[in-house]
Amino acid sequence: MRLWLPPVLLAVLLIGLSTGMPALEPLFHWIQPDKQQVIYERESFLFLLQNHVFLVIVSAAAGTLAAVAGGIFATRPSGRDFLPLVSQIASIGQTFPPVAVLALAVPVLGFGEAPILVALMLYGLLPILRNTLAGLESINPAVKEAARGMGMSPLQVLVRAELPLAGRVILAGIRTSVTINIATAAIGSTIGARTLGDPVIAGLVNGNTAYVLQGAILIGLLALTTDSLFEALERTWDRRFSPQVAG
Amino acid sequence: MIELKHVTRRFGNAVAVDNIDLTIETGEVCVLVGSSGCGKSTTLRMINRLLPRTDGEILVDGEDIGTMNPEQLRLNMGYVIQGTGLFPHWTVARNIAMVPQLLKWPRERIDARVHELMTLLDLDPSTHANKYPQQLSGGQAQRVGVARALAADPNILLMDEPFGALDAITRENLQLEMLRIQKQVRKTTVFVTHDIDEALKLATRIAVMDQGRIIQHDTPENILRRPATEFVENLVGKQDRGLKLMGLRTVRELMQAHPAPKRPEPGTEGLREEDSLRLALSVMLWQDTPQVPVFNSRGEETGVITRERIVREGA
Repeated sequence: MRLWLPPVLLAVLLIGLSTGMPALEPLFHWIQPDKQQVIYERESFLFLLQNHVFLVIVSAAAGTLAAVAGGIFATRPSGRDFLPLVSQIASIGQTFPPVAVLALAVPVLGFGEAPILVALMLYGLLPILRNTLAGLESINPAVKEAARGMGMSPLQVLVRAELPLAGRVILAGIRTSVTINIATAAIGSTIGARTLGDPVIAGLVNGNTAYVLQGAILIGLLALTTDSLFEALERTWDRRFSPQVAG
Repeated sequence: MIELKHVTRRFGNAVAVDNIDLTIETGEVCVLVGSSGCGKSTTLRMINRLLPRTDGEILVDGEDIGTMNPEQLRLNMGYVIQGTGLFPHWTVARNIAMVPQLLKWPRERIDARVHELMTLLDLDPSTHANKYPQQLSGGQAQRVGVARALAADPNILLMDEPFGALDAITRENLQLEMLRIQKQVRKTTVFVTHDIDEALKLATRIAVMDQGRIIQHDTPENILRRPATEFVENLVGKQDRGLKLMGLRTVRELMQAHPAPKRPEPGTEGLREEDSLRLALSVMLWQDTPQVPVFNSRGEETGVITRERIVREGA
């Protein structure tokens, strides 16, 4: 249970701060004495947090599905020829700046959540795909050889041996991808998606540092919470599938 | 019975296995021996269809393996490889249970079988069943590998240099273990090795391979006495052959038996009937005695063996 304590504590802090931000008004007045209003009130922080998390979860789920499927395909005998192509597509997704993706996607998909979902998915693909490939390639060939030689079908080898053995590395890729995307999702506010980037953008436009700070703190705290959640998940995975590491 | 008829395997332009014919009788241990790259592993991997063959046919009990479902074929062939290939995320017990689980045996039957096999391979179920492969020594891991291959009681056992990565003492122990188990279970076994001594020790018949061809296929004794080519002669060791032949024969063959087994005097040391003549001679040279008593498995003295007779008739 102690494993799950840090993410729970961080989550409590995050939600507490999202609902109780007005209580910190004196502090923000001190930071920004020249403004009447120092607490962002156009939208509740809790709503923005919810929407932000929703965007990240949906894009991470779609990205994970696509990247893991691509990684599995590229390591099968029939898909080996596509291995360089698959890696390249993912690399391009990473090198293309999310802002540019937004600029290109808005005319097609309109303003709102859709363009940022596409941008996040593309941007998050590479870490997951790279780790899927690394995890699957790092499996001792003798294990696969024995599994096939004992009469397992290719699907059984994949499900019973390869995915459990590569899972830890794939999970680490998802962790990287999600953490990056929590920060990246904030730019969705520039095209009308409601995220924790809203107060940051509003603060920048109005010259209100207090707004910027509120958005930034919550985004940072969300990233920390998620990261420690993954830490706990990885430890649990170790206990379940790699007992030699956990001891 | 396994029959290979005109089997050929090419990798691109290179010929790995060149038109070989080989018949492995039911219950015998056929050892494929040769230097690396001679095609012995390729031959083995064609028998369970891990590699497709370019030409020829392979029959198992008269049936062409090309017509069978490869997974079904392999489920009925135990497979042991050098690196063991145990699943690192499964316990020893679950690794051994792999094939019975694929065959959907009921739970109690699997548990009983795992227990039986661990006992057969001299692994204590209570201490080892729940360990993970990384927690085992190399020898123990390979015992688990053999147990896994035997789990569903297949008719055929394929072993690809199973003891190659083990130290000399562990390897010797496992070889003896294999001889003991083979006496009990009588599997049709194809065993690949580059170690001629291992081949001589384990084989019913040896197939010597070189450059994709079978040079000689015969019993260990005939391989030693009448090597077909200079290659085989060099492989078995020209000068060393006398001792190797002695290594094949047991004390039982040349001892002078007592009319009836008798109780030995306490403290006398001797040989067992199934020890090799080579060992007997070594013991006598070391102890500098002309003869040594021989005991049977119950510890009774059944005869004596003399140095003179071994030297005269041993090889």
